[in-house]
Amino acid sequence: MKPLIRRFVSSPEGVAGALLLLSLVLAAVLGPFILSGDPAALVGRPLLPPFADASFPLGTDQLGRDVLTRLVYGSQASLTVGFASAVVAIVVGTLVGTVAGFAGGLVDEGLMRIVDAFQIVPGFLLALAFVSVAGPSLAVIVLAIGLGAWTGPARLARAEVLSIRERDYVAAARVIGMHPAEIAFREVLPNALPPVLSLVSVIVAAAVLIEAALSFLGLGDPNSVTWGGMIADGRNLLRSAPFLSIIPGLGLVSAVVGIYLFGEGLVEALSIRGRRL
Amino acid sequence: MHRAWRLTKRRLVASIPVLAIVILGTFLLMELAPGDAVDAYLVSLGGGDSRLADDLRQSYGLDQSALSRLWLYVSSLARLDLGWSIVFNRPILDIVLERLPNTLWLMGAATALAFTLGSLLGILAGAWPGSALDRVLSIGSLTLYAVPGFWLGLVLILVFSVQLRWLPTSGIETIASGKVGIARALDIARHLVLPVASLGFIYLALFLRMMRAGMGEVWRQDFVLAAKAKGLSRRRIVVHHVARNALLPLVTMLGLQAATMLGGSVVIESVFAIPGFGRLAQEAVAGRDAPLLMAVIIVSAVLVIIVNLLVDIAYAWLDPRVGSSEAASR
Repeated sequence: MKPLIRRFVSSPEGVAGALLLLSLVLAAVLGPFILSGDPAALVGRPLLPPFADASFPLGTDQLGRDVLTRLVYGSQASLTVGFASAVVAIVVGTLVGTVAGFAGGLVDEGLMRIVDAFQIVPGFLLALAFVSVAGPSLAVIVLAIGLGAWTGPARLARAEVLSIRERDYVAAARVIGMHPAEIAFREVLPNALPPVLSLVSVIVAAAVLIEAALSFLGLGDPNSVTWGGMIADGRNLLRSAPFLSIIPGLGLVSAVVGIYLFGEGLVEALSIRGRRL
Repeated sequence: MHRAWRLTKRRLVASIPVLAIVILGTFLLMELAPGDAVDAYLVSLGGGDSRLADDLRQSYGLDQSALSRLWLYVSSLARLDLGWSIVFNRPILDIVLERLPNTLWLMGAATALAFTLGSLLGILAGAWPGSALDRVLSIGSLTLYAVPGFWLGLVLILVFSVQLRWLPTSGIETIASGKVGIARALDIARHLVLPVASLGFIYLALFLRMMRAGMGEVWRQDFVLAAKAKGLSRRRIVVHHVARNALLPLVTMLGLQAATMLGGSVVIESVFAIPGFGRLAQEAVAGRDAPLLMAVIIVSAVLVIIVNLLVDIAYAWLDPRVGSSEAASR
């Protein structure tokens, strides 16, 4: 494990991404304890600009709520939804891809047509329809975004499984009479996983952006503060108080950049290891 | 063009089962929704008694079983009847046909911008790997790739419409301007500048990064070494040998990105109040118009199939190896 960390540290992009992401996660986790304010509480004079009042460093919105507190709570929603949807997408995609690639024949054909169907419907449209039907809640949003993102992992896992199932150790497992399901999930799947995991950062980043767009259109979780919702709230005051929409947007950009850089550094560190082995 | 025709036929046949799954899935999704079209209609009327609801359900066939309603839906789709919109109180096909051109212009222009500018900047970055220009473009494109399109739209409105007053903030053309011909086309173009930039910039970053990565791979190939050994100028090697071979994967990407771009236009059209096809999805959700939402999903799938088919044909035309091996084996 140690060489992996050393290789990761040697890539400046990866380190920058890790630091950015770490500071955001720390802010999301520790922020509520430090700020101790309620993001929904009306605490100050409305529309204070940023840096004008020391007790409201990023100003207040049209209702007099503290922008910094809301920004911190918003990062929780963004990061939670981003990572949770990626887990859903990776788990569903890897399972479907493994079954399709390992079973072959009609099962493979049927599952891949379903993958095709999910791929030709815009993921955002699917999420929009799913959330509008099932009602906006954190779990529904995670599922909705995951539903639009599992096809990439499924294709990649299937391709990996197709090559792995021809290898000697799989043949050996068959010869000793292992059950096909056991071979698929204990021998083949773990070996098909690493390339699929290289997709994680792209999926998390896309999920963060989709969540933001959903809540911008008013389909976010109504019980939590979201960056997309903050941008939507600030939109009507674009002329008089542009900072209300700009600040949460900068939060989004830095989160997504952090996720990309971290992911790129990780993939680089992992692939060098793969080449040496 | 016998090869392209065969490719088209094969792709269209293959897309029939996929489209069938999309239709079935959309139908099932709408079955999950609490309430039906009659409930939504009664809400829009401001309420009604249960007799009226029952009568309406009977006349629309909503009292029948799910299976017979699915059959009814599929057979009307086959007649190109997309149903009746609750929000607009008009046939959905008419609305879709009316809205589609705006979205196609938006997507077409955004794709053209992203592809040309993205591949050009990608060539610049990939021509001198590791140079200062390469680093700047790499960091810039990564940041751009992380910018949500709807937020970029708001920032662009703030700069170019509110501060500089160069461009209009919203809409597809000046209302009741009485402009015709070229003047109207220019007016629409002016309205499309900001939406196209908001929608296209993320793909610009994507194409830039793909071009750069693709060129990095081609640089290592033997034929580039051979070109260097022949003493060709760097410019000639970059343009004729490296960039040209790195361009093909970008064409494939055009097809893969069609679906996400259509999804992106939903939000961008809402930000800029463009009466397009994408905005229809948001209007359907806001108005609880299930038939309209189903139609938008199915038409989107058909659009993506068509775009992918066009990309495949273009690819086959650019790369003579595609499909010809099959012809030889037959």
